[in-house]
Amino acid sequence: MSTGDHPVTSAGAPSGRLERLPAWALAIVPLVLIAGALGAFAVFGGSTLGERVGPPAEELAVERTVLRPGEIDLTVRNTGPDPVQVEQVFVNDAYVDYTTGKEEVGRLSTQQLELDYPWQEATPYIITMVTATGATIEHEIAAAVETPSAGGGFFGLMALIGVYIGILPVVLGMLFLPLLRRLDARWIRMAMAATIGLLGFLAIDGSLEGSDIAASGSGAFGGIELVAIGAALAYFALTAIDRYLLSRRDAAKAKGASGHRLALMVSIGIGLHNLGEGLAIGSAYAIGALALGAFLIIGFAIQNTTEGLAIVAPLSNERPSLGRLALLGVIAGAPAILGTVIGAAAFNAELAALLIGVGVGAIVQVIQQLVPSMRDKAGRALYPASIGGILAGGAALYLTGLLVSG
Amino acid sequence: MGDGVSMGHGGGASGPTFRKGARVDHRANGFNPTKLLRDFDYGKTRRLPNGRVLREWEVFAADKEIEVAPGVKFPAWTFNGRIPGPTLRCREGERLRLRFVNGSAHPHTMHFHGIHPSEMDGVPGQGAGLVKPGKSTVYEFDAEPFGLHLYHCHAAPLAEHIARGMYGTFIVDPRKGRPEGDEMVMVQHGYNTNFDAEGNQLYAVNGIPFHYNDEPVQVKRGELVRIYLVNVLEYDPINSFHLHGNFFNYFPTGTSLQPVQFTDTIAQVQGERGICEVRFPQPGTFMFHAHKTEFAELGWMGHFEVSA
Repeated sequence: MSTGDHPVTSAGAPSGRLERLPAWALAIVPLVLIAGALGAFAVFGGSTLGERVGPPAEELAVERTVLRPGEIDLTVRNTGPDPVQVEQVFVNDAYVDYTTGKEEVGRLSTQQLELDYPWQEATPYIITMVTATGATIEHEIAAAVETPSAGGGFFGLMALIGVYIGILPVVLGMLFLPLLRRLDARWIRMAMAATIGLLGFLAIDGSLEGSDIAASGSGAFGGIELVAIGAALAYFALTAIDRYLLSRRDAAKAKGASGHRLALMVSIGIGLHNLGEGLAIGSAYAIGALALGAFLIIGFAIQNTTEGLAIVAPLSNERPSLGRLALLGVIAGAPAILGTVIGAAAFNAELAALLIGVGVGAIVQVIQQLVPSMRDKAGRALYPASIGGILAGGAALYLTGLLVSG
Repeated sequence: MGDGVSMGHGGGASGPTFRKGARVDHRANGFNPTKLLRDFDYGKTRRLPNGRVLREWEVFAADKEIEVAPGVKFPAWTFNGRIPGPTLRCREGERLRLRFVNGSAHPHTMHFHGIHPSEMDGVPGQGAGLVKPGKSTVYEFDAEPFGLHLYHCHAAPLAEHIARGMYGTFIVDPRKGRPEGDEMVMVQHGYNTNFDAEGNQLYAVNGIPFHYNDEPVQVKRGELVRIYLVNVLEYDPINSFHLHGNFFNYFPTGTSLQPVQFTDTIAQVQGERGICEVRFPQPGTFMFHAHKTEFAELGWMGHFEVSA
């Protein structure tokens, strides 16, 4: 690395006046020139391209629908290239009065429309926005349900759901630790293989759900690529954390911490996954798409119990303190609480897709971590027993997943 | 009624309405449905050597952007720059001569309902056929039969040429006239603002949806009110007219002086028309609208204000 204040005179260094300039100047000069060129193009260049062809492309996406008695509030975002003016609105073929803060919504910005309409519970509605050019943009409400008001009680309920589907089942799953201790190495390897199968299922499931949610969004800030971006971010971030933990372990006693490190990585990965899961549940509840029956909660809980098992599997040869176990449970389960609250309060499809992607990336990283622990004495990762374990883990999640799919 | 901004009728459970406080700029449009209601274009007359009356009009076609709902612009094709076009009115037995000038960028015709020679039918391929932009033609025929008729452009695609606004009322009065009364025209139509050719986003009488909610039709108690009601709605197969709190005599196509029905609701298919005669026995405000309530709530709704 060179610094501008002390010109480096290494072998083959360029000579001349540029050499004497500080490095920041070498950065500033091209930036100024680029800004100048783009500015000149913005001012004069447009005329060289001629008039645009065709009518304005008016696109609006409804990002949020809030239903209150006698009122439907829409938050719309302009996802097209041209500004849009909503001039009139009709609901199920009847024009309605509405109030709004602004007359025009620019590219990527949002507008609130508060419609004065006596909607009825459980009834479907099609809201049609008529723009200044007469174009129509429709938004469908599959079944009207009053939006829960975001009071303390509501957030309390969401947090409770997070505890039910996150912390409780994970901690319950960890109760298998004493059993795991009794098992010999062969069975432990198989348990690790099952954990990998289980996590693999979660990764696939999360990718599919993330792409569904991304597709339901406005697309203004991207669609399915957000899942990939989230996954990449999580994967590399966790790899960095892992390397850091590894270097500390090297400093400490060599082998003893390995199981603890793996368990921590698994809980972080599952925690990030549960954040996305909580988000999806909270938002579905907030828009009335999810009836929070006890059955559904039990389904999620059973599914997440297997996650607890995955956390303690690497600890079968360890003697972790109760406090450490509790911490691992909280790391894996608590993000579900955060997720349900965020999902219910301020759901945004793009954010949800990104966060679900984070969960996917985290899980992939954790799988990579776990693979060595299922190697047999010959060093093979895949052998009949481990394959059986992987399939059993995936099947367990698939079957418990049936409990929660509608 | 004034041009002031009224808070208008409806809202929430009280009924459909455009966004409150927003009004169409009638001046920019060049026509106001309140005036259009009783605006009859008699043209110019002179007596021919044989003693017959020759009645002459000049009508032009023009492309024009019209504010069809507050803030919503519609690229219309019009007769005389308005929707509906002028109400051409004459008397049975007269000779009619109409010069049609096409000032639009598209070819058009004027096709009249009535009895006339085939070359005067105003359809492509007969007589003058399509009148190209910048060209003109003369349609000439006898005023028969008496009754309530209409005219519209017959260029293809026909549905679009009508839906864009090219239609108007054609009244042939009986030789001896009809009883004295307060006469008005109501042309039922719609605007398919997104041009998807599947129904309309706006429905109206006389150009602007909900207009007679904001400016009710002023009539007098006990006076004979005669409504020349025409349906030129495109894309929807049937339209209707319903009057609240009163009954009217109905004369289909106006070709008989005897009413066939005493009712408060009639239906009209595309191109169908008829005369409604009503005396309001009581003062007050009485709604009228399409009883296809979807159309009513999308703009085809208004009020009579009956003064004592």
